[in-house]
Amino acid sequence: MPGLTFEQIHQRLVEKFGDAVGPLSPPKKDPFCVFAAPRLGEICRFLKDDPALYFDFLEDLTATDHPKENLIRVVYHFYSYRHRHLFIAKVELDRKDPQVDSLEPLWKAANWMEREVFDLFGVTFRGHSDLRRILMPDDWVGNPLRKDYTESGGYRGISNVRDNPLDLYLNMDRQVRAEQAAAQSPEAAAPPAVAPKAEG
Amino acid sequence: MALDQLIVTKFGTDAEHEMILNMGPQHPSTHGVINFVVQADGEVMKKAVPQVGYLHRAIEKIGEIVTYPGFMPYTDRIDYLAAMFANEGYALAVEKLLGLQVPPRAQYLRAISCELNRIASHLISLGTMAMDIGAVTPFPYALRERESINDLLEALCGARLTYNYHRIGGVAFDMPEDWMPLCRKWLDHFEKILNEWDRLISFNEIFVERLAGMGTIPAEMAVNYGLVGPNLRASGVDFDLRRDEPYGAYPDFKFMIPIGTAYAGKHRGGQVGDCYDRFYCRVLECRESLLIVRQALDKFPDGEFMAKVPRKIKPEVGEAQSRIEAARGEMAYYVVSDGGERAYRVRARTGSFLAMGIIEDLSRGLMIADLVALIASLDVVAPEIDR
Repeated sequence: MPGLTFEQIHQRLVEKFGDAVGPLSPPKKDPFCVFAAPRLGEICRFLKDDPALYFDFLEDLTATDHPKENLIRVVYHFYSYRHRHLFIAKVELDRKDPQVDSLEPLWKAANWMEREVFDLFGVTFRGHSDLRRILMPDDWVGNPLRKDYTESGGYRGISNVRDNPLDLYLNMDRQVRAEQAAAQSPEAAAPPAVAPKAEG
Repeated sequence: MALDQLIVTKFGTDAEHEMILNMGPQHPSTHGVINFVVQADGEVMKKAVPQVGYLHRAIEKIGEIVTYPGFMPYTDRIDYLAAMFANEGYALAVEKLLGLQVPPRAQYLRAISCELNRIASHLISLGTMAMDIGAVTPFPYALRERESINDLLEALCGARLTYNYHRIGGVAFDMPEDWMPLCRKWLDHFEKILNEWDRLISFNEIFVERLAGMGTIPAEMAVNYGLVGPNLRASGVDFDLRRDEPYGAYPDFKFMIPIGTAYAGKHRGGQVGDCYDRFYCRVLECRESLLIVRQALDKFPDGEFMAKVPRKIKPEVGEAQSRIEAARGEMAYYVVSDGGERAYRVRARTGSFLAMGIIEDLSRGLMIADLVALIASLDVVAPEIDR
């Protein structure tokens, strides 16, 4: 059974849900449309169950951060193995308190991918069975993939900065040279053993 | 399941009988640095909860910091066993953003390098899987063949593991002059080795019985959990991006898509989507990859190996996703451009990440020793999970 085009799928969704499905993006490479965040679960259930759409595969779930617009966009890629068609949807969430329904009841694949978005972007997925950090440690501060994230300067006493290892070798080299010079001419005034460390 | 009844009748389900076992993060059979917190009643697991993130190197964040071409070497590090695919996926996504047309010769070189890399990756997967459940002999045989592929790829692109071979718009180097006969010679040799491999381990009675009917993933469950690639096909879903959403040079080649059909045999308790199906699908895929490389060498076109790419890569505002069939299944790069020299967002969707997600639900009622075989059969690679 041949798949539907992106426009046909969008048309079908608009007929069913009206305003909750935003207009199609101007065709900039991959098109997408924006769903109204409160109705995401409902629309996705339709996407999955409707026999003409039948999106059985949640291909990707990620997010993008837009501090200027004060938005976090969660991006969903759906794919149907039966019809071989693809659909891309986004929801726009308030950056201060991003919350959206979890898709885990529909696609188990959402479990880990939502945990990743929760971890790296700080989006809360309502109804998720096990929402905790996945890649970063449990007590990590901040959400690293947000654009305004700054490192807090280490983790549990482990510094995330270090001296340039080359400086160490340079100093060792200077020391050895100074010792050699001192051994060759013991009466000559020995140069300082360690040259002052270069800035930076 | 029979094992569930065993737990209830013989061992009881009281908490006092249970133990919590940390398997990993440095366990020889976890295929990298992964920890499993196993809740077990004797040898039988209640569940195994994977803990990942030990190898998180913030590759997606790095993608926002470096320029488009500068990110290419980092993609190698996503999956060190099959770095070509990570290269190709990223290159395809940026090419889609730029609207670039890749010359046919480059597409063929990409297909050849990727398929060789797929064989190499599958060999490691098959060898370690046999080793994880106690058959140590096949692993060196697999490694020996992989070494030859590494030699071939080294001659092609100068590196043995982290290739950094594909470029936005083509590939880094043309095929060396005497490379084709070398490759053909190795392909002829490898065809025989595959038969040997089947005699050595695939059709070994003990091995087959050990894996038959174990860790079965039904097709619906595999799709729902987002399994991709050989893991999905072993469950009987006939889907391969190379055929169904073709990219690059793949429309030019004829090849089969092996899917799971309870290869272990019903009389041994084999089921569609069990560990043995996942194992044997990979063996069959090696054969198909071999055929693809042969066809690509036969039809190898002349011409440029690099498209005309602007010196400064600045795609216009927009977003693009590329999907490729990597060794561990579908790898998708989602690249968002804000019109600058650096990507606004780079996302790599990898097969191993979601394959790990299924283990917690699949591990109920399995023996601890079976968990090892299950992890191996899903062919997860730790850096690909954590990125």
